[in-house]
Amino acid sequence: MKRRPVFLITMLAFGFAFFYIPILSMIVYSFNESRLATVWGGFSTKWYVSLFSNRQVLAALVLSLKIAFISASIATILGTMAGIALARFRAFRGRVMFSGLVTAPLIMPEVITGISSLMFFIMLAEWIGWPAQRGFTTVTLAHITFSMVFVTTVVQARMIQADRAIEEAAMDLGSRPWQVLFDVTLPVIFPAILSGWLLAFTISLDDVVITSFTTGPGSTTLPLLIWSKVKLGVTPDINALATLMVLVVGAGVLIAGIVMNRAAARASADARLAYRANE
Amino acid sequence: MAGSRLSRWFDRKGWSDLIVGAPYIWLLVFFLLPFLVVVAMSVATKTSTAPPISWGGEVPLVSWEAYARVFGDGLYLRAFLTSVLNAAVAMVLCLLIGYPMALGLVRVAPAWRNILLMLVILPFWTSFLLRVYAWMGLMGRNSWFNGMLTDAWNVLVPVDWAVRSIPMMNTNFAVVLVMVYTYLPFMILPLYASLERLDPTLDEAAMDLGSKPARVFWDVTLPQSIPGIIAGGMLVFIPAAGELVIPTLVGNASSPMIGRVISDEFAQARDWPMASAVAVVLLLMMVVPTMLYSHFQARAEGSK
Repeated sequence: MKRRPVFLITMLAFGFAFFYIPILSMIVYSFNESRLATVWGGFSTKWYVSLFSNRQVLAALVLSLKIAFISASIATILGTMAGIALARFRAFRGRVMFSGLVTAPLIMPEVITGISSLMFFIMLAEWIGWPAQRGFTTVTLAHITFSMVFVTTVVQARMIQADRAIEEAAMDLGSRPWQVLFDVTLPVIFPAILSGWLLAFTISLDDVVITSFTTGPGSTTLPLLIWSKVKLGVTPDINALATLMVLVVGAGVLIAGIVMNRAAARASADARLAYRANE
Repeated sequence: MAGSRLSRWFDRKGWSDLIVGAPYIWLLVFFLLPFLVVVAMSVATKTSTAPPISWGGEVPLVSWEAYARVFGDGLYLRAFLTSVLNAAVAMVLCLLIGYPMALGLVRVAPAWRNILLMLVILPFWTSFLLRVYAWMGLMGRNSWFNGMLTDAWNVLVPVDWAVRSIPMMNTNFAVVLVMVYTYLPFMILPLYASLERLDPTLDEAAMDLGSKPARVFWDVTLPQSIPGIIAGGMLVFIPAAGELVIPTLVGNASSPMIGRVISDEFAQARDWPMASAVAVVLLLMMVVPTMLYSHFQARAEGSK
């Protein structure tokens, strides 16, 4: 039985080559001296130098981070509420509609979400005079809406796994519902809330389509800046920017992965100790 | 004791109303209402005012003209067909590449597994736009990758068919290739989840009873992983069919996908009713595979 699965390992190798060769190629060409992005003309770091002196890029980055931070935080609060509601409140009026509203943004093509948000904001401006112009606020509102449902999915899954007995014990011991929520439920599902926030943050930071529809003059996020440049073709400074983004995100995911692995190992060690103490 | 009455009301009813109510109202206002605006737009009439629409003014108040054009004008039907075809081909290719990869991930030593899984997820966290962009660099006429493929092609085919470079950019082939590249993790992860749950002793039992490995795969492994195949397939097909970024950057402008048609009708032609009608039809088209997906998902969870 212990044959080496040669075919499967070959496919894995092929698959990972497929995943990483384009990214590696992009990294290599970011150090290209030549202005022609696809022809090698010697090693140079000049595109990085020009990148760091580019105020437009820095401003776009700051705006993107601001929007991502605010929208991820609000989306996490709303999304967690929805996840708790769906996992714990069995029957409430409009539950079917609610769960539909929570899944629909997940499958809605981005271009439709983008157009509907834009038309909504335009009509709203016609009817009540707000928002007078589109930009930071409208982009943030749209980002909250489509990223909160991802938080809900993560939180809901964790809530269903979590042991209800602890919450019931707290209730029996006289805690009031909101105390149970803050003292028991939220600490238990905290890892899910954190990964929900991270997911919402990355989704917001990465979004092109919905942002491009809901933004206005003067509010160019980093993806929009890249989008307007890559539509014209491949350029070496975008290669440099891409390399930096890939390295930062890669390091972040790697560190997060290691931390979570350790935390999981510690939690299971604690659980083992607790069991042994009870024996 | 108004304070304690209030706090009792809050304990009994208020706090749960708040938890349900806040996200509910948010989604009603910022998701459902905008979509209803699109539905309303789809039966409006195009005007040259700003915003460029009006509802009736004369009887009948609604106009079905946009829908008549969606189904009557070959342009829109072709765009729908291109989208479905591209998404379906991408889905099948993702399955053909992703299935052996997922099975490989299950079979490798556990020490390797977490690292490899992280390597599958890593591209997913990096910018979608930049992953598309990376392929623009590879597919261009002067790139090393195109050069390599061109050389291979020229060696393999008769001299008459030799080419100077392979035209890859701005084709449906490019769209499908980049879709496979960007959506492959969506296929691998659910497949891995469903394959990992399988009981390896079933394989061994079939082997002991004399089945060849290929037979074990067809009769034991594959049937049990069907929920994973369907989940992965839908996770690739649904976003791929409505894709806008990939066809805009690497696609063929003369046979556009439906996402691009919606965006162009809206931004270039400023025909909001038309863009809205196409959007409504696309969404209705998405509902069928989604319901299939949730049906199988529910069944898979029921059998767990």
